Amino acid sequence: MNDRAQSTLKIITNESGLEVKPLYTAADVEESGGTTMLGEPGEYPFTRGIHREMYRKQPWTMRQYAGFGNPHDTNQRFKYLIANGQTGLNVAFDLPTQIGLDSDDPLAAGEIGRVGMSIDTLRDFEVAFDGIDLDKITVSMTINGAAAIAIAMYLAMAEKRGYDVKKLRGTAQNDILKEFIGRGTWIFPVEPSIKLVGDTIEYCAEHAPKYSPVSVCGYHIRESGATPAQEMAYAFCIAKAYADEVIARGLAVDEFAGRLSYNFNIFGNLFEQVCKFRAGRSLWAKIMKEEYKAEKPGSMWLRMIAAGGGGGLTFEQPELNIVRGAYYALISALSGTQTMALCSYDEAYTIPTEYSARISLRTMQILIEEMGMTETVDPLGGSYYVETMTNRMRDKMEEIIAETDAQGGIVKLVSEGIIQAKVSAQAYQMQRDIESGKFPKVGVNRYRNEHEDEHPVEFHPYNEDDARVQVDGLNKVRAERDSAHVARTLAAVSEAARAGANVMPAIVEAVKAYASVGEITKELVKVYGRYQEPIRF
Amino acid sequence: MNDTGQQRRIKVLLAKPGLDGHDQGAKIVARAMMDAGFEVIYTGLRQTPEQVGRIALEEDVDVIALSSMAGSHLPFCRKLKPLLEENGLHDKLWLIGGNLPAQDHDALRELGFKGIFPTGSKLDAIVAYIRENVREHVA
Repeated sequence: MNDRAQSTLKIITNESGLEVKPLYTAADVEESGGTTMLGEPGEYPFTRGIHREMYRKQPWTMRQYAGFGNPHDTNQRFKYLIANGQTGLNVAFDLPTQIGLDSDDPLAAGEIGRVGMSIDTLRDFEVAFDGIDLDKITVSMTINGAAAIAIAMYLAMAEKRGYDVKKLRGTAQNDILKEFIGRGTWIFPVEPSIKLVGDTIEYCAEHAPKYSPVSVCGYHIRESGATPAQEMAYAFCIAKAYADEVIARGLAVDEFAGRLSYNFNIFGNLFEQVCKFRAGRSLWAKIMKEEYKAEKPGSMWLRMIAAGGGGGLTFEQPELNIVRGAYYALISALSGTQTMALCSYDEAYTIPTEYSARISLRTMQILIEEMGMTETVDPLGGSYYVETMTNRMRDKMEEIIAETDAQGGIVKLVSEGIIQAKVSAQAYQMQRDIESGKFPKVGVNRYRNEHEDEHPVEFHPYNEDDARVQVDGLNKVRAERDSAHVARTLAAVSEAARAGANVMPAIVEAVKAYASVGEITKELVKVYGRYQEPIRF
Repeated sequence: MNDTGQQRRIKVLLAKPGLDGHDQGAKIVARAMMDAGFEVIYTGLRQTPEQVGRIALEEDVDVIALSSMAGSHLPFCRKLKPLLEENGLHDKLWLIGGNLPAQDHDALRELGFKGIFPTGSKLDAIVAYIRENVREHVA
């Protein structure tokens, strides 16, 4: 047998475990299920896109993740990004804020403003968004454990500035189940955490119907070691858990499903990624239509940010991450995403500087302006390979969902740490495969530089003084607010929680009285308690 | 060597300091250490310096290892050092891994963290380093 024959006989599988053949023909498409799930863009089952004209009408929203120091610092970075053509904001909060601690909490010491901006009260939201037109720029907030409070603060800030909350758009990440799998900014135990997500969905459906209260994240599950098919399958299981919570309260699926959104990762094999998104779009539509009996097309749409790609970037030869970022952006565009953001090339080292954030933004702008990516909908549609793999990926996702349900469902598996152990074992195997060279990574196990250069990465400076400024600001708000009124609104939060009622109206009142993130969290902890992490290997 | 003449298993405390929730790397390192035959006590997230010091003492570990991804390694280690010393753990092997800029390595060494394993370090290198240096300590 000659080398050529051998190379075509070697079995190649993608990360999701599906075989990739050297050639695809019409027969493969037929054998994989044909084109019954293809349809037209803007029509069920939306494989080719949720809108008929897609980027012809409007290119994807560009929404780089940004935030550091205090709200004033972050406001400056927001304005810089907007001035450079960014069309949405994605707010990074520091860890104390994300887990419900005030900046003067002893546990917050050393962490204030480090990985995002620090928020204590509504005053900080007022500063962070000062001068930004919330009708023109939609705001997405990466916050989960303390999401109910952040949503309340955002809505209160907008209302105070005269916006009609009924028309206000925006997104909160607010996907707590994935925080138990990866990322780790949980506060409360699993059950009350899901209840809180339900409260935000229910509250927004009535009071802020254009606001997207949840962005279900496959992203971090993938970063924790999941395959692309698992990433999307687990995300759907999680979204169904939230939908079930809200439906159990008596809401109809069409009252809230249209405001559910998603966040997915974009690193890995280009074709596997594109097929993941096309498959996922039709599978979610099918789940919503057949299982949940949704009637509005909007309830069936897989609206998403396809973004990041952090797990694919490397510490070695960091400039190569600019090139990887361009391919990831291409994947995202070919996949028909609504929103895009890229991890910047220096993110393995530091939070992005203005310079590196601008390169990410320009990367997306080049796709729009120079590469023809906005001219034609679903340009890879009809490829024998892409259509076959889209069908196979959909089958694989359905298989994973069925397996998860058969084992007791996602909530049980996450509560017991079983999903965590599974993806962590996969992450370990992947790391071993990278170190052995079995899984290729340029600059890491292929084409390493003889002598690693002194990496030309400029470090974003951490300002030790930010913490003091933030605590001073909090103390000033505490001195100026009506403390008796604050105490009354805080008591109402724990009362609502104890009664099992929706806590959002009480949180909104507390926030308007300038109660802090930490104070409101403590009221909820009184009733819900705190999560204890299961350690499983 | 212990009383029975058999080589004692190396015991490692692997902690996630501070509020950082990125535990994928720590869990990978924990598995690599277990595969190498070490006994690993993984703390889970959000450990305070006091908790790390207490567990290290109670569990009588040979190695105290931290995994830090969110930039608060220096303030944390500054608090941890005196606590470990008070507990008489100055002769144990102190390691730290994660997102650790080169400019901070000298400061970490001065704080007693002899082994520094920034992003990109190999699992086998971490394991080999522990084998070599714990033996040195025990001898």
